[in-house]
Amino acid sequence: MPEPGSNRTPETGAFFQRDRQWHPPAFTPGYKSSVLRSPQKALVAFDNTLSELTGPVFGHAMLGELDNDLIHNFAKPGESAIGERIIVHGRVLDERGRGVPGVLLEFWQANSGGRYRHKKDGYLAPLDPNFGGCGRTITAEDGGYAFRTVRPGPYPWPNGPNDWRPAHIHFSLFGHGFAQRLITQMYFEGDPLIWRCPIVGGISNRAAIEALIAALDMQSTIPMDALAYKFDIVLRGRRSTLFENRPEGN
Amino acid sequence: MAQSLDRLKESPSQTAGPYVHIGLTPNFCDIGGVYESDLGSTMVNDQTKGERIELRVRVLDGTGTPLKDALIEIWQADAAGLYNSPAELRGTADPSFLGWGRQPTDMETGICLFRTIKPGRVPFRDRRLMAPHITLWIVARGINIGLNTRLYFSDEEKANAEDPILARIEHRARVPTLIAERQGDAYVFDVHLQGEKETVFFDS
Ligand SMILES: [Fe+2]
Repeated sequence: MPEPGSNRTPETGAFFQRDRQWHPPAFTPGYKSSVLRSPQKALVAFDNTLSELTGPVFGHAMLGELDNDLIHNFAKPGESAIGERIIVHGRVLDERGRGVPGVLLEFWQANSGGRYRHKKDGYLAPLDPNFGGCGRTITAEDGGYAFRTVRPGPYPWPNGPNDWRPAHIHFSLFGHGFAQRLITQMYFEGDPLIWRCPIVGGISNRAAIEALIAALDMQSTIPMDALAYKFDIVLRGRRSTLFENRPEGN
Repeated sequence: MAQSLDRLKESPSQTAGPYVHIGLTPNFCDIGGVYESDLGSTMVNDQTKGERIELRVRVLDGTGTPLKDALIEIWQADAAGLYNSPAELRGTADPSFLGWGRQPTDMETGICLFRTIKPGRVPFRDRRLMAPHITLWIVARGINIGLNTRLYFSDEEKANAEDPILARIEHRARVPTLIAERQGDAYVFDVHLQGEKETVFFDS
């Protein structure tokens, strides 16, 4: 049922087919963890049913005041996270180019030294007592979103003998249908590590990789406070239902 | 040259990585005080209608070892077969049941535990009823794009036999990979990422 107070007609068309050549395949041996974790048989395809077309709604009411401020949401009162202060902002669009409102965006990242607050991360860079590394927001009516954080550091990881992840922020996106569910990573314009990363390299199309690189956005910086990066994200679009599901002759 | 279709490409997926908990279940990995609770951790309350069930899901790699750093989300209809979603036009779902859950796999056992209700039957595109099922989305380090599959129930033999999605599976020997075994009040479901028993994953 439509959300109370909403004058939008809910969209119920099936989602555009996913372009599996554009995404990284399951098996990318340069990223060793994928070798034993990649399905080897063909996916079974079918057109969306209600189970894929539908999805839960997350209301703005669930958000806390500091949920989109990683500089402060784990910090002691009066303190803040260490690092290069940045604003990340952009729009969530669908493949038809329209802003998608009400998308739950969750993000997580290492601190400015490249260390995650996680017991499995043993990197020697220190934890920042004022940085947790998670945040979330919900897109506005035009699909827009913004959050404040520190630029994460690059970090070494056990894959090849000397592999480093480029600076990145992990993004989880929850659109309107469960079939739109997506996790990706945002990289930073100009980072030379992007083109050496085996995880990035799982994507074969250069333009697809560039779609994950946020641009420095001087017009959105706050002078004497924070730099800004613009990162737009695209979710699967819905087909128009104009001529669907009409019995012949009607 | 023809006109441009003016379409954008979906943002490419990237792995959730080993630290997915920080973003999606921070309380589970000891990042307290940022969110009150982990989203999707509780699915059912006293008011929720339907038969209480427990799902015990594991995700096994190509050596048969359970993943201990995976995260699973489930999406399902309520006991009457209605989804709690704006795109559900057939009626109003149980307001005490969102139908969405999110759980990390246990860091020692690899078991992912969902306390939920048995879903009702939902119609397929041609209005035939699908068998009761739960949609799963699985992410982890080493998984480049989230995996979609479905969990069906071993005690729904008749409904399973007429389910249009199960009927699409050409290699009939693979159908049982989607059927959770009932053990008491729990259903046990092993997802095999590879090998002879590789689970059927969907592209939809
Ligand atoms: Fe990372």
